[in-house]
Amino acid sequence: MSRFRHPILSPIPDCLAASEASAGNLGRDRAIPQPDTDRLNPISKPMALRSTDILTQTPQGLYCPLGDFHIDPVRPVKRALITHGHSDHARSGHRSVMATRETLRIMGVRYGEDFADSTQEASLRESLRVGDVTVRFTPAGHVLGSAQISIEAGGTRVVVSGDYKRAEDPTCLPYEVVPCDVFITEATFGLPVFRHPDTRGEVRKLLDSVALFPERAHIVGAYALGKAQRVMALLREEGYDQPIHLHGAMERLTELYKSEGIPLGETPKVVAAERSKLAGAIVICPPSSIQDLWSRRFPDPVTCFASGWMRVRGRARQKGVELPLVISDHSDWDDLCRTIQETGAGEVWVTHGQEDALVHWCTTHGIRARPLHMLGYGDEGEAEEAAHPPLEGEGRERSERGGVETPSSKSAGANHPTSALQADPPPQGKDESGQGGAA
Amino acid sequence: MNRFAALLDRLGYEPRRNAKLRLLTDYFRHTPDPDRGYALAAMTGALMFKEAKPGLIRGLVEERTDPELFRMSYHYVGDLAETVALIWPAPGHESVAPADGAPTIGHNNPPPHVPTLTEVIETLATTSKSDLPARVAGWMDALDETGRWALIKLITRELRVGVSARLAKTAVAQLGQIEPDEVELVWHGLEAPYEDLFAWVEGRGEKPESGNPAPFRPSMLSHPLEDEDFAKLEASEFLAEWKWDGIRLQAASGHGSDGRPVRRIYSRTGEDVSRAFPDLVEALDFEGAIDGELLIVREGRVQTFNVLQQRLNRKAVTPKLIAEFPAHLRVYDILFEGEEDLRPLPFAERRRRLEALVARLDDPRIDLSPMVPFETWEDLAAARSDPASVGAGPDADAIEGCMIKRASSPYLPGRPKGYWYKWKRDPYLVDAVMMYGQRGHGKRSSFYSDYTFGVWREGPGGEELVPVGKAYHGFTDEELVKLDRFVRNHTVKRFGPVREVEYGKDKGLVLEVAFEGLQRSTRHKSGVAMRFPRINRIRWDKPAAEADRIETLEKILERGEQEVHPLKDQEA
Repeated sequence: MSRFRHPILSPIPDCLAASEASAGNLGRDRAIPQPDTDRLNPISKPMALRSTDILTQTPQGLYCPLGDFHIDPVRPVKRALITHGHSDHARSGHRSVMATRETLRIMGVRYGEDFADSTQEASLRESLRVGDVTVRFTPAGHVLGSAQISIEAGGTRVVVSGDYKRAEDPTCLPYEVVPCDVFITEATFGLPVFRHPDTRGEVRKLLDSVALFPERAHIVGAYALGKAQRVMALLREEGYDQPIHLHGAMERLTELYKSEGIPLGETPKVVAAERSKLAGAIVICPPSSIQDLWSRRFPDPVTCFASGWMRVRGRARQKGVELPLVISDHSDWDDLCRTIQETGAGEVWVTHGQEDALVHWCTTHGIRARPLHMLGYGDEGEAEEAAHPPLEGEGRERSERGGVETPSSKSAGANHPTSALQADPPPQGKDESGQGGAA
Repeated sequence: MNRFAALLDRLGYEPRRNAKLRLLTDYFRHTPDPDRGYALAAMTGALMFKEAKPGLIRGLVEERTDPELFRMSYHYVGDLAETVALIWPAPGHESVAPADGAPTIGHNNPPPHVPTLTEVIETLATTSKSDLPARVAGWMDALDETGRWALIKLITRELRVGVSARLAKTAVAQLGQIEPDEVELVWHGLEAPYEDLFAWVEGRGEKPESGNPAPFRPSMLSHPLEDEDFAKLEASEFLAEWKWDGIRLQAASGHGSDGRPVRRIYSRTGEDVSRAFPDLVEALDFEGAIDGELLIVREGRVQTFNVLQQRLNRKAVTPKLIAEFPAHLRVYDILFEGEEDLRPLPFAERRRRLEALVARLDDPRIDLSPMVPFETWEDLAAARSDPASVGAGPDADAIEGCMIKRASSPYLPGRPKGYWYKWKRDPYLVDAVMMYGQRGHGKRSSFYSDYTFGVWREGPGGEELVPVGKAYHGFTDEELVKLDRFVRNHTVKRFGPVREVEYGKDKGLVLEVAFEGLQRSTRHKSGVAMRFPRINRIRWDKPAAEADRIETLEKILERGEQEVHPLKDQEA
C-alpha cells in the first residue's frame, strides 16, 4: 500500500474558493439531487486515475492530493472535509472546514463558534469543485448532519462513507447509496454476530422495565450526540410522554436537535439535589456516567446502555449493565455487506473496527479489499475504558460534594493494533472533550 | 419461546434477588399454561429429556456459515451458544437485499412458525436422536437471537441464570397469598407443567395432594450469636451441640403406594440430591424425616470441609468415589417419625426420639451429633475454644463452633427469632494490603467494592506483595464509601472494570481480612486460597510495610489439621 504520497499538483489556494458553489447561496433545501445512477463510463476517461491518486492515507488521516484536503483528520490540517460531528471525526483546530450545515453547528456547540478560521457549508447532493476534484456530500444516516463524501476525478469516483447506518432513525436523513469505484467503509460491527434488532423492541424492553419497577430510576447510557436524541425520539414514537431527564452533558446538543425541528418532548436537566426523587423516571446520561458517582443518588437505579455492543453479553456484563439495549448508529454486518454490494464498488477500503472479517467477506465475494487499520477513530465507546493510558487524568475524580460531576475526560479509540505501516500514529485523547466520544 | 428467552435474558443480567422475583412473578402472571409450567420446570431442574451435545449445535452452524467468519466471531464472543445464536443466518435475512435499498424485513416469505416453549419441550421428549438436528435447525430458523440463545442453553442443559429452585417456587407462591414453604411441601408430588399448582396459588383450584411419601420439610435455621448476646440469654434454658463444618441435609423416608420404600435426601433449600449420595440413601432404613450434617468419615474420623468438597459437584458418582469419600450423616433433629409430626414437640423431647431412632438404626453411616455439656456460658466458651478437651476427640477439626438451641424450641420453618443460635469459632485474621479494586454489581455498580489484597513475600526482585485473596463484604456502607474513594484517588492503572491502586512499603491501605480456612491452590500465584474471606477491619492507621507475610499463611496451612483455635497464641 502506498503511503505518504506527496501532492503532485499545482498549489491550491488555502481556502475553498475553488468550489463551484459559493458560500453565499447555500441553502439546506436548495440542493438539486444529482442522479445517483450516473455510472461511470470507463471509455470517457482521458487517462484513468488510480484510486490512490484521489485518496491516500497520511498520519493525519485520509488525504486527497488532487484536492489538497483531508477527510476527518485526527490532527489539525489546512483544509478538512468532515463527515459528521462525532468528536473522533470532527476535531477542532483545522484552518478551514467544509461540512454540512448541521455538522458545522454541532462543531460550533462542541468547540465554540471559532473552531476553524473559515468554514464552508456543503449542500447535500450538490457537486462542488475543490482543487482538481469534484466532491459531493450525501446523507449517511448516522447522526444529524452526517454525510458521505464522494470524490470524483478523471472518471473515477471514491466514496468516503464516514460512519453510516441503514436502519431507520427519526433524527436524521436516511442513507443514500452512491455508486462508486472505491468504497471506503468502517467496520465497527464487522462481524456476522452483529445483527442489530428492530429498535422498537429494544425501546419496549425499556418501557416494560419502567412499568415493572416503578420505584426505580432507569439510567440509560447513550452517546451525547445522536444516540441520546435517537433514544428520546424512539421513546416518543412508542408513546412515552413523560419528561426524559438529561445529564448536563447532553443538554446543548439536545437543544440543537430540537432547534433543527426534531420533536423530543420535554427534556429537563437533572438537578443534583433532585436525583433521589426520580423514581420511575428515565434518565439519559453519557456512558461514562452510568457507573460513576453521579448515578449513585438515584433511587435503586437500573443501569441501561444503548449501544450495538450490547448484543454481546460479555460486553454488557463487563460494564455492569443490567438492561442492555441493542441500539446502534452503525451498520450491522448484514447492512455493511449489503451496502458494499449496492455501491457496485470493485474495491473496498476498511478504515477501522473489525476490518479482517469484512475484508475476508469482500474477498470471498470477488471484491478487492484492504484494511487501513486507521487509528484515532473510536468504535461506539469501546475504546473508552480499555484505552486509558495509565495515570491519564490521574484517576482522581471529583468527590461527592453534591455537585453533578462532568464525565471524566476519556480518550478516543486507541485499541486498534498499531499498523506497521502507520509510521507516526496520531496522538490520542488530547482533544477529546468527553462528550461521550464516538457513537 | 421468545418470551421465555426474554425472561432468561433479563434474569441473567439482574443481580438483585427481589428484582429477579419480580421478573419471575411477572412472567408467571402473564404467561399461559402450559408454557409457564415448563418454564418453572426448566428453572427448577425438573425437566427430563436427553440433552443435546454442543457438537450438534456446532455441526449445524458450520453447515451454514463461512468457517473463517465463524472462527473470528467465536473468538470475539467467547461463548459457543451465544456465537451460534447471533451468527445463525435466518432464512429471509440474507445479507444481500433488493438493489433499491428497501428495508430487509420486506420479504414475501411467510414468517416461520415460532415454537412455544411447550412445543420445544414436548418435542424434545419424543424426538429420536437422528431427527434432533433437523428439529433444532427448524426452531433456530424461526427464533430471534435471544430465542436461539435460550434454546441452545435449554437443550444443552446449561441454563444458568442465577435462579435457584427455591426462588422460582417463591415466585409462584407470590402469585397468590401462599407461603413459599407450602409450595415446597406439595412440590415433590407435582409434575410439569404444574397446572394444578398454578390453579391452586391463583385460587382457582384445590391444594394439590402431595403424592410424595418422602417429602422435604422446610429447614429450621439459626441466628449468629455475638458475644454481647449472652447477657440476655439464660444458660440453663439452652442445650448445645457442635457446629459441624459440613453440608446441611434432610433425609426423608417413606413407602410408596405400591409398598416399596421411597428414600430421599434434600439440600437445605429442598433440592433433591439423592442421586449424589447413593451410599447414604441405602442407609435410610426408617420412616420419617431427620435433619443433619453431611460429613466425610474415614476410619471413624471426620474429615475437613476441604475433603468433603472433593465428593461434591461430581457428575458421575463412581464406586471409587464412594469408597474414597464415604458419605456420613451426623444427625441432630427429627421432624417426622412414621406419620407422626414431631415438629411441635420441644427440642429436648425430639432429641430423645432421635436418640432412640439412631440406636435402632444401628448403622455406622448415621450417628448422633453429641451434646456439649455446660453449666454456664463460660463453660461453653471454653469448650468452643478447645473442642478436643470436651470429648470431640479427633473430630475437632471439622467443628466450626457451637450450636445453641432452646430446650423448649419447636421445629419451625425458616429463621425464627429466639430459638436457635450459631456461635462460630473465631476466624483467622491476617493483615493484607489492598492491590486492586473492582466495580461491584447492581446497587454497587458505581462503587469499587471488590478488593484484591496481598501479603509480603521475598520475590526475585526483593520484597513484593503477592495477591492472596479477594473480598467484597464485611464492611459497612459508610466504610464502602471510604474504600471506594480510596480506590478512585489512588488508582495507578485501569484494566476495564478493575483498578490497580498504589501499594508498596511506604504506601497503600492495610485491610484486616478474616477467613475460615486455607487451602493449597495451583490457580493462585501465592499457592493458597482462602475460604470465605471478608474485610474485618480497615487499618487506616497501619503502614503497609507492617502487613503480614506469606509465611504467616504457610504456618496456618502447615498446622492445618491440628489447628483448633487460631487466635490462641496470637492473643497471648
